[in-house]
Amino acid sequence: MSAAADTLPDTPYAIEVEGLSKSFGDRVVVRDLTMRVKKGQIYGFLGPNGSGKTTTIRMLCGLLTPDSGRGTCLGMNILTEARAIRRHVGYMTQRFSLYADLSVRENLEFVARVYGVPDPVGAARAAVERLGLAGRDKQLAGSLSGGWKQRLALGACILPSPDLLLLDEPTAGVDPKARREFWAQIHELAADGLTVLVSTHYMDEAERCHEIAYIAYGELLAQGTVKEVVAGAGLFTWSVAGGDPAPLARELAALPGIDMVAPFGASVHVGGHDAAALEAAIAPFRARPGLVWRRDEPTLEDVFIDLMNRSKDNFR
Amino acid sequence: MSGAVGGFLRRVGAMMRKEFLQLLRDRVSFATMISIPLLQLVLFGYAINTTPRHLPTAVLAYEDTSLTRSILAAIENTKYFAVVSHPRSAAEADHQMLAGEVSFIVEIPAGFERAVRRGESPSMLVAADATDPVASGSAVAALQALVETAVKRERFAVEGGPEGSGLESAPPAFQIITHARYNPAAVTQLNIVPGLLGTILTMTMLIFTALSVTREIERGTMETLLAMPIRPVEVMLGKIAPYVLVGAGQALLIVGAGLYLFDVPMIGSPGLLTLLTVLFILANLSIGYTFSTLAQNQLQAVQMTFMYFLPNILLSGFMFPFAGMPLWAQWLAETMPLTHYLRMVRGIMLKGAASVDLAQDIMALGAIMLVAMFIAVRRFRQTLD
Ligand SMILES: Nc1ncnc2c1ncn2[C@@H]1O[C@H](COP(=O)(O)OP(=O)(O)OP(=O)(O)O)[C@@H](O)[C@H]1O
Ligand SMILES: [Mg+2]
Repeated sequence: MSAAADTLPDTPYAIEVEGLSKSFGDRVVVRDLTMRVKKGQIYGFLGPNGSGKTTTIRMLCGLLTPDSGRGTCLGMNILTEARAIRRHVGYMTQRFSLYADLSVRENLEFVARVYGVPDPVGAARAAVERLGLAGRDKQLAGSLSGGWKQRLALGACILPSPDLLLLDEPTAGVDPKARREFWAQIHELAADGLTVLVSTHYMDEAERCHEIAYIAYGELLAQGTVKEVVAGAGLFTWSVAGGDPAPLARELAALPGIDMVAPFGASVHVGGHDAAALEAAIAPFRARPGLVWRRDEPTLEDVFIDLMNRSKDNFR
Repeated sequence: MSGAVGGFLRRVGAMMRKEFLQLLRDRVSFATMISIPLLQLVLFGYAINTTPRHLPTAVLAYEDTSLTRSILAAIENTKYFAVVSHPRSAAEADHQMLAGEVSFIVEIPAGFERAVRRGESPSMLVAADATDPVASGSAVAALQALVETAVKRERFAVEGGPEGSGLESAPPAFQIITHARYNPAAVTQLNIVPGLLGTILTMTMLIFTALSVTREIERGTMETLLAMPIRPVEVMLGKIAPYVLVGAGQALLIVGAGLYLFDVPMIGSPGLLTLLTVLFILANLSIGYTFSTLAQNQLQAVQMTFMYFLPNILLSGFMFPFAGMPLWAQWLAETMPLTHYLRMVRGIMLKGAASVDLAQDIMALGAIMLVAMFIAVRRFRQTLD
């Protein structure tokens, strides 16, 4: 490895892709996706199941070849320089894919050796300490609990000190404390210049990202900071408390002008794109005794559910 | 450049280490690797047991002289043969063999004794039912020795002189012409140990590497592996290397048993045999690995292995004599590692062949290995598409 090969091209973006498309058979899974991730950012990747998040991430690290489109990862062409990209990217798969029949330490040592980390044994030992798995380093990876497997996989990803992390639902099934530690660690790494693309279904995690992208049915529907995405949705919301939420929600959902209804505990969340139409729709209900209506800000979840509903209308 | 080589070796080493750990942890596979050769050895060891057996024999004697009587007595005295009938005609003897009543027909022509005395070196015909070549092979060998002894004894008795001392330089007193019926090659026990060595290695080496890539795909670990900066050729070498050791261990076990239990000779160089065995192991590992890159799952890989293994066994010359096959089958057999390896092992162990004698087979085996490796590396999917 020469020194030249190790210096990365100096670009402001860690990921820059344009018009990426991928289909399996005649099913388009990712459609004309354009996205940019600034260096040092934590970029959240959200979208319903089957929307193409995993497929997109795989295209970014060269595991899938896009049907069309182009792009760079760390300044290197994803179509032609996949091997060089792999050396600088840590990819954590959605499904645990380390070796179940190797111990925690053997897995980490294997990763360290393949990436050429100096002193693989020491690096693996340090990673075990960092993961909080000291004393269990001889346990087979396959016998770890689900959450610990995730943590081990993340540890293995970070071990070769990559410049870009692609994490596919890294916190699925991880307990709240471990999740909080995980996010603290991610932020620390980002502060040191690492870029992180992380897919998640958790709203609170999305809010911890510098920027987010929302993808549904293969199409990128929104992108930007959480504030920008919420504002860009053009959604107006009210919340109503005091009634029986379930029948109330049913009644409201049927009305024109109301695009989104979601019960939240004792209250119901109502939203629409046209503020006037929404107010007109709920006007009769505001007169009902016992109901307390309040204007509120749409949450990220409101926005996503609305985006999902709308994209379904577009594609089905 | 040295950095590139260092990186290559490092990654191959990492892969090798990983495979070795997995191998050690996979108790069942490990047990299979030890037990297959042991089991086969016991089975075949019983078959090639050279302890004499009472093979039913028909004696068709056209003369009744002291020499014939002496020969018959000698035959009866060994445990190899049990003279069960004295047919009156060749046709009757043939019928008995066809019916499976006798395994041997010893035919002594008229005027045999007189011809021996005159030093005409007459022929004695022995027909063996070679459908059981192991048994008949050793019996025929024994027959030669015991008839010779009988003739010598008879000569001393008849001529009473010390003429026997000049026997070595004289032409043989008689000849035994053997007809191995139903299996003209009359494979003897000496061929079984080399054959066993080749087939066991083929089977185990193929199956273990055939599973190696498909297993990673089925377990989902391929995704992580592909996302790492490791080349297909590095993956392949790393996956193959541990099995070279395993194969070498198996070979040692089989050859050791052949030498010490079954008295198979080792006339040629053990070093050359080791070297060529490693080459043979590598060729089989490469082919198995190629299957692994072609198959979609482990079941398919196993099926491919068996489809390949059968013709190897049947055409290599282990089961049936190579020269007896039609030309197209011989050409087909030339593309199989086992064919070449059998020639090498027989050549080295039984005939003392050197590397120059085996040059053609060595080159063929090397070529097969390289072609398989080339296909495997080309076929190895570097993406999940
Ligand atoms: N190898 C493949 N062959 C055929 N179809 C595939 C393949 N991989 C993914 N798909 C399909 O592509 C679509 C997108 O899958 P993908 O895994 O990218 O979704 P996702 O956004 O990661 O979903 P999730 O949130 O459930 O992980 C799915 O409908 C899936 O069935
Ligand atoms: Mg996914």
